Amino acid sequence: MMSRRNLLAAALIAPLLLLVLVSFIVPLGATLYRAVDDAEIPTILPQTTALLKQWDGKGLPSEQTYQSLIAELREAQEQQKAGPVLNRLNFEETGLRSMLLQGLRASSRFTGSTKEGLIALNPRWADPHFWGLVKRSTGPWTPLYFLRSVDLKLGPDGAVVPTAEEEAVFVKLFVRTFEISLVVTLICAVLAYPVAYTLSILPQVWTNIGIMLVLIPFWTSILVRTTAWFIILQREGPINALLVSLHLVDQPVTMIFTRFAVYLAMVHVLLPFAILPLYSVMKGIKPDYMRAAASLGAPGWRRFLRIYLPLTMPGVAAGALMVFMLSVGFYITPALVGGSGDQMISYFIAFFTNTSVNWGIAAALAALLMGMTGILVAIAWLLVPGFRAGGVRV
Amino acid sequence: MTASTILPARQRPTTGRLILYSVTSVLLVFLVAPILVVFPLSLSSGELLVLPTPGYSWRWYADFFSSQRWLLATYNSFVVGILTTLIATSLGTLGAIGLYLGRFRGKAFVLALLSLPMVTPVIVTAIALYFSLSAVGLGSTLTGLVLAHTVLSVPYVLLTVLASLQSFDPNLLRASASLGANPIQSFYRVVLPLITPSVATGALFAFATSFDELIVALFIASPDQFTLPRQMYAGIREFLSPTIASAAVLIILLSVLLLMVNETIRKRAARHTLPSTHRTP
Repeated sequence: MMSRRNLLAAALIAPLLLLVLVSFIVPLGATLYRAVDDAEIPTILPQTTALLKQWDGKGLPSEQTYQSLIAELREAQEQQKAGPVLNRLNFEETGLRSMLLQGLRASSRFTGSTKEGLIALNPRWADPHFWGLVKRSTGPWTPLYFLRSVDLKLGPDGAVVPTAEEEAVFVKLFVRTFEISLVVTLICAVLAYPVAYTLSILPQVWTNIGIMLVLIPFWTSILVRTTAWFIILQREGPINALLVSLHLVDQPVTMIFTRFAVYLAMVHVLLPFAILPLYSVMKGIKPDYMRAAASLGAPGWRRFLRIYLPLTMPGVAAGALMVFMLSVGFYITPALVGGSGDQMISYFIAFFTNTSVNWGIAAALAALLMGMTGILVAIAWLLVPGFRAGGVRV
Repeated sequence: MTASTILPARQRPTTGRLILYSVTSVLLVFLVAPILVVFPLSLSSGELLVLPTPGYSWRWYADFFSSQRWLLATYNSFVVGILTTLIATSLGTLGAIGLYLGRFRGKAFVLALLSLPMVTPVIVTAIALYFSLSAVGLGSTLTGLVLAHTVLSVPYVLLTVLASLQSFDPNLLRASASLGANPIQSFYRVVLPLITPSVATGALFAFATSFDELIVALFIASPDQFTLPRQMYAGIREFLSPTIASAAVLIILLSVLLLMVNETIRKRAARHTLPSTHRTP
């Protein structure tokens, strides 16, 4: 039986839990499920799916299967529902869309066997491999999207093979996302250290001013700060105007839409996240340790390396993990100030959701991004004591 | 604590210390300068975002306050922000009290589940809400946006209030009970005043989160639901007029105001709570 106390607790938590379940957990689960869901063909071509389930995969399917595929595709097309099927098969192998559309158009003129008509039109209709692909796409689940998001696919025999070079974009994308995040994290950690240290030793009045200067950007929206960089880094922007007027350069320098701009703006956005935890750790270090080391005759650099640096490492780690975790999911900043070669995973999740509609790939990338973030959170949770207490606003 | 206590051997500023101070100053300027640069740009009398400005005028602010799009975006931002703050603060505070009171297995799991929106990359949340809100007919509605922003901001309220409850001294409740208060009276007279600062901080976080949020708005807002960040993003993408700089200045001023309010709450809370809880700080 539930105690009265727990009953009250449950009543208090229930509305919040309900909100988070209904408007976050369920949508998230449904979205991530799209990464393995393979419902297009069984839903839109049910009869063909049933016939292909009976087909043993050797030789060619029956005349009835050919007829069913064409009939169901035509019906779907009349109801404007053929798109997902064509996309799904074309994603298995580029070129299948046009082959199916060509077959569909020509089939209205067929007088005899649909099978023979199609084969006469395009010999690929007589390729058991093609039918293997269709059969493989009849659900209910597919590993295809996850495989593709790490540049792999299923070969004709069902073995996992690398995708063609021109389609292999995703590993590069992950490497790039990691590279940008790592560089930003390192720069933030290195720059945060002297700032946090100075703030921790200055007289209180100066510390307060310094902390304000860190908190103002921290509270200012990321979009506003990115917009500021977008304006500043323009060809006709303030920096170029300054450089030209000082005769440091003859021509304005291209800074916007470069990797440099991405690093600059991201470091600017994320630096406060590295400074604040480090500052609170440094503030808590008793000067006694340093005095003890000094009294034992350790020179300044040695006191720093052997005592101060190790004592402040939890702060460095908390800040760095926070910065890295946020960097990996960055979207707006690279999208505004970066070039096409500087976009990260988030950009492609948005791209596959909105522009080039392929929700399976978008979901697989989202699942991988979540997995990576999850690992980072777990590391932070286990290793960094300050992480839980930090309560940093994202 | 002064400089001399950390490095006792050296009493006066050294070269190393001067370098340290210069590096820090440069970095603090780096943090604030881009935000400050927007101010003169927003007051430019010219059509282009260039410095030095040809002259100063309020024309871009006039443009902001006479533009249907910007006014609608401002209105939407405040409506969504205020509704989000109300819902997130009440549900988050109740949930925090529930989690504080509850003695059941799986409490850590419930807390992790409720904090999940905070650590999930926003783009993932955005596409999940985009699919599901469209599926239930709430795509392109302010209701959908409020729901999304509430989910994004509720963990901040929950964690802030929970943190202040956990530093709460249960002896105070015993004391109030021994003086004859029933649990409900104890809650209103003892617990609530002590957690009010953290509830206020949570509410500010919630408002700031909603007011700054762009990525979800990119997916689920049509032009009629554009918020200030969404309108700004559209402006940057279309053509860069100094109106964007004036919008940025207005947003910055509001952020600084929120920051000041938060700092005031924090300082007052520190003054009020430390003497009453008998703990070493």
